[in-house]
Amino acid sequence: MNSIKFPVLDRTTTNSVISTTLNDLSNWTRLSSLWPLLYGTSCCFIEFASLIGSRFDFDRYGLVPRSSPRQADLILTAGTVTMKMAPSLVRLYEQMPEPKYVIAMGACTITGGMFSTDSYSTVRGVDKLIPVDVYLPGCPPKPEAVIDAITKLRKKIAREIYKDRIKPQQGNRCFTTNHKFFIVRSPHTGNYDQELLYPPSSTSEISTETFFKYKSPVSSHELVN
Amino acid sequence: MIIYATAVQTINSFVKLESLKEVYGLIWIFVPIFFLVLGIITGVLVIVWLEREISAGIQQRIGPEYAGPLGILQALADGIKLLFKENLRPSRGNTPLFSIGPSIAVISILLSYSVIPFSNHLILADLNIGLFLWIAISSIAPIGLLMSGYGSNNKYSFLGGLRAAAQSISYEIPLTLCVLSISLLSNSLSTVDIVEAQSKYGFWGWNLWRQPIGFIIFLISSLAECERLPFDLPEAEEELIAGYQTEYSGIKFGLFYVASYLNLLISSLFVTVLYLGGWNFSIPYISILELFQRDQIFGTTIGIFITLAKTYLFLFISIATRWTLPRLRMDQLLNLGWKFLLPISLGNLLLTTSFQLFSL
Repeated sequence: MNSIKFPVLDRTTTNSVISTTLNDLSNWTRLSSLWPLLYGTSCCFIEFASLIGSRFDFDRYGLVPRSSPRQADLILTAGTVTMKMAPSLVRLYEQMPEPKYVIAMGACTITGGMFSTDSYSTVRGVDKLIPVDVYLPGCPPKPEAVIDAITKLRKKIAREIYKDRIKPQQGNRCFTTNHKFFIVRSPHTGNYDQELLYPPSSTSEISTETFFKYKSPVSSHELVN
Repeated sequence: MIIYATAVQTINSFVKLESLKEVYGLIWIFVPIFFLVLGIITGVLVIVWLEREISAGIQQRIGPEYAGPLGILQALADGIKLLFKENLRPSRGNTPLFSIGPSIAVISILLSYSVIPFSNHLILADLNIGLFLWIAISSIAPIGLLMSGYGSNNKYSFLGGLRAAAQSISYEIPLTLCVLSISLLSNSLSTVDIVEAQSKYGFWGWNLWRQPIGFIIFLISSLAECERLPFDLPEAEEELIAGYQTEYSGIKFGLFYVASYLNLLISSLFVTVLYLGGWNFSIPYISILELFQRDQIFGTTIGIFITLAKTYLFLFISIATRWTLPRLRMDQLLNLGWKFLLPISLGNLLLTTSFQLFSL
């Protein structure tokens, strides 16, 4: 076989038959058992919850709701994400193991929805926080629409090539830095109240040093997840 | 001199032959183990699929539909996906304990399959202490759960591990007492002997009729040992996120998943062996096995089929129980174990012992 005959698009995949089928196998397993995280905030979650029940039954697609993000593959960000909820959402997303997908469900998570004009607390679009695979509009979207979004996500997964996915980062998941604060001794170092209000300066120095010795190996790489 | 050399040669060749035979023997040891493990894995996949389809049926849903015909491949897809998923370790947990925990849970359950007779003397190891081996080894599993709960560095995991240990220990005792009364009836701890002691009068010879109380207690406590739904406190979703499995992802979680279904399968198999006459075709006056006594393979196949049919009946009962009964509270669970099941199983043991003493 002459390799020039193949179109350019096919060259992105591997030529080997075996690796292609392995790729297909992994794609098929991922698309047919997408376990969603049991997460949701507002009225969108009511619609999402009805999918678990017998009328819309997303177990047909192999979806089993998991409560622990460690076992989830998919997060449907159902409902408004407020500034206060945002860190928790990002943390939940970061806690999920690597082949993970996001469906932004509802207008609030796509643009901020009806809160997009004059709200002081709403995040305008969840894609500012986490990468979104499928946008699912509606306020709230019907369960059938959710099933449609899941079907679209399944199609997307089926076309995926394993090498194209970003390799799971070992080590740090969240952006963490050591804090830049440094302890400044109080400007009020007059002799008048040193013995009354503040502890003697020598002991305070020791205590901060030991504190940093304890803290420094931990905070650099382990305070994650 | 020449004779001596030839003698040495023959001895050498004999030794070689012997060593070759030993190697073959070693290989032949692994063949039945391989087939047993293959069968068990297939059984687990079938149970996972059955559980999802039966629970869907009970809730008037459809259940897995698109993975293979009727969703048969759903369990396979789940397993392979878990194999390909990223493996996370909790940052400040105890990594050795975290990694060893699931494997201990699986291995301890898998080992006890070696004493299960699937058909007429189709058993991996017909030990004299078969039942004792099962009870001894199955009490290692909570140590694995405790290790994984502790190693996860998570409050929910730790609580789940503690609950699993408490539950397993408290329900092990009534279970053991029921098994003890069974072994008193058949004067043996070997599983083959127990099945053969029930083989006489068709299904009237089952231990179920001689030990009705013990049967019910065994059923309840084996459900509790499996941590199935009326007793699934260790992984109660609403209280502890997933119990000791909370921090597990990827194939380690898959191992826990497999371990729970392995446990369910072996409990049902033991119910079959201890109370329902094992591989015997249990209709009185028609012993189909004797008709096919000459045809060994057919008889063995029929035996396996009968064992599995009885086993899957109990699997169905436990799956239906899962979607019927609500979960107990922790104190209710312990009260049921210590204040109800333990005295009754003790009384059952006393009755059995005295009957055996006076009749003999």
